[in-house]
Amino acid sequence: MIEGTLIMIVKSIVIFAVFLQLVPIVLLGDRKLMGRMQSRIGPNRVGPRGAFQPIADVLKLLSKEQFAPATSVPWMMAIAPVISVTTAIATMAIIPFGPYDAWGGGFGLYGINVSIGLLYFFAFGSLAFYGLMLGGWSSGSKYSFLGAMRAAAQLISYEVAMGLSLLGVAMTAGSLSLVDIVESQHNIWYVVPQFVGFCIFLVAGFAETARAPFDLPEGDAEIVGGYNTEFGGMRFGSFFMAEYMEVLIISGIGAACFLGGWHGPGPIALAPLWMLLKILLGATFFIWVRASMPRLRYDQLMSFGWKVLLPLATLNVLATAIVLVAT
Amino acid sequence: MSNWEDAAAPINRGPEPGGIGAVYRVFGETLRGLKTTLGRVVEGPVTLEYPEQKTPVYPRFRGRHKLHRFEDSGLEKCVGCSLCAAACPAECIRVVAAENTPDNQVSAGERYAAVYEINMTRCIFCGYCEVACPFDAITMGNDYELADYTRSDLVFTKEMLLADPIEKTPLRREGE
Repeated sequence: MIEGTLIMIVKSIVIFAVFLQLVPIVLLGDRKLMGRMQSRIGPNRVGPRGAFQPIADVLKLLSKEQFAPATSVPWMMAIAPVISVTTAIATMAIIPFGPYDAWGGGFGLYGINVSIGLLYFFAFGSLAFYGLMLGGWSSGSKYSFLGAMRAAAQLISYEVAMGLSLLGVAMTAGSLSLVDIVESQHNIWYVVPQFVGFCIFLVAGFAETARAPFDLPEGDAEIVGGYNTEFGGMRFGSFFMAEYMEVLIISGIGAACFLGGWHGPGPIALAPLWMLLKILLGATFFIWVRASMPRLRYDQLMSFGWKVLLPLATLNVLATAIVLVAT
Repeated sequence: MSNWEDAAAPINRGPEPGGIGAVYRVFGETLRGLKTTLGRVVEGPVTLEYPEQKTPVYPRFRGRHKLHRFEDSGLEKCVGCSLCAAACPAECIRVVAAENTPDNQVSAGERYAAVYEINMTRCIFCGYCEVACPFDAITMGNDYELADYTRSDLVFTKEMLLADPIEKTPLRREGE
């Protein structure tokens, strides 16, 4: 379904607008919900009930100085956050919010429907870690370097398990395109037949976004701030924003692959609403887990990824293959 | 033979890792953790919104000092004996006494404190001044909001110590 250039331009603007608006919402939700989960109120000074807190946060970061340590590589430090944000936004293009022609007019409610959908997601997910790697390495600080190394190791360990967990879905749906995957969940959401895959995806997703309990690349207790130790101002803000975008992306991919995507009660025109709801639910779960779980030890992270998740994901793919061939 | 081994508290050892039980435990403990945090959401916050709501203090809390007057006559209780200054381990109290005259009867005794200053930057809130005072003229109050911008503002004069605090600190009642 080839769409006109104009439609593509409008779509990209809408994707930017929607996702960049979702980030502050998730940020505020993060701070408020974390507060409630820790028996406190959370930010409530800026605006009604603290609603403008994200604006205050960003303004604070914008007004701060960009500095670089003497041992750093400044131009690399400048592009590292850009890589993180760019790859995050690029991945958002494939998250489907509705089928082709859901609102009429001959366009689909997704950025692009590429036949390599999931591969595209993995490609940009891997590139996103270059942002963390370069950021940490170019900072010229041992803590940043340690954080970058951890980020790299974590990516390699968990992307394999994540890929295998989504492979089951791709095999069942018979396509890598996220639109096709959602379409094929018309009768039953893949969270039911692919429950093991869903659990693996969740765990690996936490590791991919480098959020608690897998936030070892940041690990504030042991390595100060990890890869973003030496970043200040909006450069740090960009890393921060990219992290929340990653949360939205993982929630989006999870919703599309396991939770039926845009399927829900009501007419098909409501499709984006259901998708948005599922994404926000996913983000809420991220926040919930972050408030509940302690950070893993590094060797635990590695042995868990390689000794538990990877064999489990492989078995899951094998079982799916056997079932698919048998039926 | 003493059976101290039986009397000792039993050691709670975690179960051995691995096996099907481990998988069950991983799920169970993870869900228990999630349940704990969700329980806090249901309970609601326990914090006070500080500048609007203040933490109540216990009755014997030692906060900012107060100087007292007799309620009937309005005369100051302090007679300027400087026992508080002598008792003070931080040496933050300065008392200069003066004679009462029939025209100028400030305190109930022969003399009164012409100058009574407490340097709050030095005070350690030990309450020895309160103990030393033979007339209960100085007591420790309830107020704990003592921050200020300059050091000189933190030298509290007699007038400040005699006056009521601008904002009253809430007092914790029995059993609270």
